[in-house]
Amino acid sequence: MENKKFFSKGELIIIFTGLVLPLLFYFSPYAQGLLIFIMMWVVLGTSWNLLAGYTGQVSFGHAAYFGVGAYTAALPFLHYKISPWWGLIAGGIMAVVIGYLLGVVVFRLRGPYFALGTLASAEILRIAFGEEEWLTNGHNGILYITTWVTKIPYYYIIFAIAVASIVSVKLLMRRREGYYFLSIREDEDAAMALGINTKKYKNISMIVSSFWAGVAGAFYFIYMGFIDSETVFALHNISIITILVGIIGGVGTIWGPAVGAIIMVLLQELFRSAIFGLAPQWVSGMHAFVFGLLVIFVILYLPGGVVGDWELIKKKLHLKSNTEK
Amino acid sequence: MGILTLNKVTKNFGGLTAVNKVSFTVEEGEILGLIGPNGSGKTTIFNLINHYYPVTSGEIIFKGINITHKQTHEIAMLGIGRTFQVVKPLKRLSVEDNIMAAAFARETTFAGARKVAREVLEFTHLDHVANMKAGALPIAGRKRLEIAKALATRPSLLLLDETAAGLNPSELDEAIDIIKAIRSELGITIIIVEHIMKVIMNISDRIHAIAFGTTITEGKPEEVAKNPTVIEAYLGTDYH
Repeated sequence: MENKKFFSKGELIIIFTGLVLPLLFYFSPYAQGLLIFIMMWVVLGTSWNLLAGYTGQVSFGHAAYFGVGAYTAALPFLHYKISPWWGLIAGGIMAVVIGYLLGVVVFRLRGPYFALGTLASAEILRIAFGEEEWLTNGHNGILYITTWVTKIPYYYIIFAIAVASIVSVKLLMRRREGYYFLSIREDEDAAMALGINTKKYKNISMIVSSFWAGVAGAFYFIYMGFIDSETVFALHNISIITILVGIIGGVGTIWGPAVGAIIMVLLQELFRSAIFGLAPQWVSGMHAFVFGLLVIFVILYLPGGVVGDWELIKKKLHLKSNTEK
Repeated sequence: MGILTLNKVTKNFGGLTAVNKVSFTVEEGEILGLIGPNGSGKTTIFNLINHYYPVTSGEIIFKGINITHKQTHEIAMLGIGRTFQVVKPLKRLSVEDNIMAAAFARETTFAGARKVAREVLEFTHLDHVANMKAGALPIAGRKRLEIAKALATRPSLLLLDETAAGLNPSELDEAIDIIKAIRSELGITIIIVEHIMKVIMNISDRIHAIAFGTTITEGKPEEVAKNPTVIEAYLGTDYH
């Protein structure tokens, strides 16, 4: 954790690429749509990674904060015609409130029990928001005519949010908070002996993590113009994919979630479109199966994810090209 | 009036009394050895002082403050550092980052924590492995890292739990030198649990011996070593 320039040259190139990328696809709203989703998953993955990857509190219920963020943008619109754009801030704050309250319960648990506790909390919210029709319009969902037809402004908004979330994690990780998160991840008992108030620092990690997930949720509503509880509190499509983004990209690395987001969004799109219509339709149904295989592969051979085990991947590729000669 | 006083401290695990009315006082600047056969309750006493386990009855006073019911991290911040018998390195962090994480107990800035870490690295002779992952350290290094982490929290009292176990003779001498320097150069009071008699006899000012959770004797090392109840506790009644 050397204290040098905040962003390295390579990182600045990545950010710059992110800035010009939608211009390369200026005439393809389809590609822009994918880029927007990639950025949204960067935010979710980064959020999860702070809590799970750096602090060791593996959440299986990030949909809870995502969904609360989305509904915070949607409900004032539904009832009072208040612009959902306010949700970008309010959604984050509301997710923090919910995250803090859930934390009171789930932080009493450790390891797999914590994971199950978070999973359950997201499921409770999914069912509650689906049933309470007077408040949420139930399973009919909430509809909103989006502000712009063109996708470019949405891209830059979610891109800015993604960069901000990465910056926030980077900032935290080079301060006392970061060292304390890592200590808690490595050994909670040892951390306490070092004078670390583990409860307090787990909450700090949760607050930042749930904030970004909430912002991502609010953005989802603003961009898609429609949510229902099954979509935004989804166990598989949100909570689990968030974990996959983190694991495949690299747990406990700054850029891991970004790489994981690119891989996961493109893979999902590949399956959704049945490899762009080239494969028979049943291929689409195979996505869960392939994601499962992918996770097994990554855990067995690349436990640090693509970013964490980058040196290993380079070595393997290098060896291969040498033997081919 | 010592720096730490245990007053009739008792710990029951269900029907088992692991520690039974143990009382002792550690004077400021002293090295107190805590000895006893396996399972006699030495580590449990440390875990009670740190509040890893709540005390069943009795009280623990540190620098005039009743710490019996304080949280583990609060006790560390008051100035009691400890090492673990089963070492607890932060495995995936470098040795230096391990010590920095500890140094943040008293330092708020990155630069401040790093300065403390550098000092501690040098003091514990770990500077040459500063960038190594803590999980990759051999056992002697891990034991010393335990001491280093505890020192970086700037304690006034240090609890050392078998920091010499598993070391070879030359590593042992180095460990003894470091422990002695902790007292003489840093002025830190020490309670040490140790099975290796060479260590405990060599560095303790006083020894408190326990068996089956009960105090059997307390005194100067040479007196305790000759005490028949201590010999009996360690070697059984047949040895005379």
